[in-house]
Amino acid sequence: MDAFLAQLWIARWPIFDGFLMTLGISVGAIVFGTILGCLVGIQLVFGSLLVKLPFRLYVDVMRGTPLLVLILAAFYIPAVMGLSLSASQAGTLALGLFAGAHIGELVRGSLQAIPPGQIEAGRAIGLRFPQILANVLLPQALRTALPPWINTGVELIKGSSLLSMIGVGELLLKTQEVIGRNFMTIQFYVFAGILYLIVNISLDLLGKSLERRLGARL
Amino acid sequence: MNYTLHFGAVWASFDHLLSGLAIGLALAVAAVAVGTVIGLLSAFASVSRSRLLRGISGTYVLLIRNIPLLVLVLLVYFALPATGIRLDKYESFIGSLALYAGAYLTEVFRAGLLSVPKGIVEAGRAIGLTRLQTNLYVVAPVMLRNSLPSLGNTFIGMFKDSSIAAAIAIPELTFEARKINVDTFRVVETWTVASGLYIAACFTIAALLRMLERRFPKF
Repeated sequence: MDAFLAQLWIARWPIFDGFLMTLGISVGAIVFGTILGCLVGIQLVFGSLLVKLPFRLYVDVMRGTPLLVLILAAFYIPAVMGLSLSASQAGTLALGLFAGAHIGELVRGSLQAIPPGQIEAGRAIGLRFPQILANVLLPQALRTALPPWINTGVELIKGSSLLSMIGVGELLLKTQEVIGRNFMTIQFYVFAGILYLIVNISLDLLGKSLERRLGARL
Repeated sequence: MNYTLHFGAVWASFDHLLSGLAIGLALAVAAVAVGTVIGLLSAFASVSRSRLLRGISGTYVLLIRNIPLLVLVLLVYFALPATGIRLDKYESFIGSLALYAGAYLTEVFRAGLLSVPKGIVEAGRAIGLTRLQTNLYVVAPVMLRNSLPSLGNTFIGMFKDSSIAAAIAIPELTFEARKINVDTFRVVETWTVASGLYIAACFTIAALLRMLERRFPKF
């Protein structure tokens, strides 16, 4: 145990950097994914058939492909297209596109759960569609979508560990580098696991308490 | 941007991709089979009257669901040998994935258990079945039928997660695709074909599961 603590002290900065990278990429991906997901969700419910089709295709492709494949594709494909992305940019792009599809489905589900009578009521009092969307539908939909949105955040933090495979210096890669120096395999993998657990369990509990609190009113 | 698509290099190794797909499916089948046993035990524990059993099941689900699968896989593959347990890479990956699947399936079966109407449990008890018999012959079949859709989703999820086996050099689809990628540099083609194969497999499984669900009426 003492030996582990001594090694951990030596490795404190790389691991801290990796931890920050994991959080930074996850936050970047969820912001990007949320904006994209709201757009996708709205189009999937209210768009014309011609608009729905490409969005449906996007969602199905993202949900049918393993995240690791998306990450590898985002890392290799832009380079041949003449776009130079760094590993962490490519990784954030892949995670964000992945999150966009999942959040799109969340938003679609919550929008469809709103009784259609409310749209008619909005029309009846003379609101135009964008007003109905902004003032009637979205506030309710976002509240239903909030607990599963938190779950998506947990999935993204877990998924960001896959970025170690394209060389992004996030928590897992930094941990592997530290293990490469001191060979304390179990101790450092468990330590990294505990860091992931602390962040994710906190989010998990937040999601559950939101579910209880918001669920009661719907 | 003047990149000409050239799928020839990928088609030349297409059989490797297909065998990779088969390995991925086999990994998922094995993991979900073992995971189902873990999930069933854990789900029954989670609704039992014993506080200890509920605690164990709850902790297991909380821990496994909040740790990245890749960390779990690497921990089992690289760290377990230090404790004297030696597994080959297939056994260790299937073990990790089964542990992972078990946590998700606990939730699936728990929801299935809660959806069993109380009346038929009472009916089973009333005709003189013991508690165990009621669970076995009345609760379990209804619960399994009600869990079928989520069980299918978990299976598709685990099939996609089998791509992580590439990290410990198991030659499944993603690993083969990376190899083609490195050998030929046809990156767009490789990842398009690999992704297409995953999507086609997922859609086929989903369609088969829907057929299966129709075969058994829902309670």
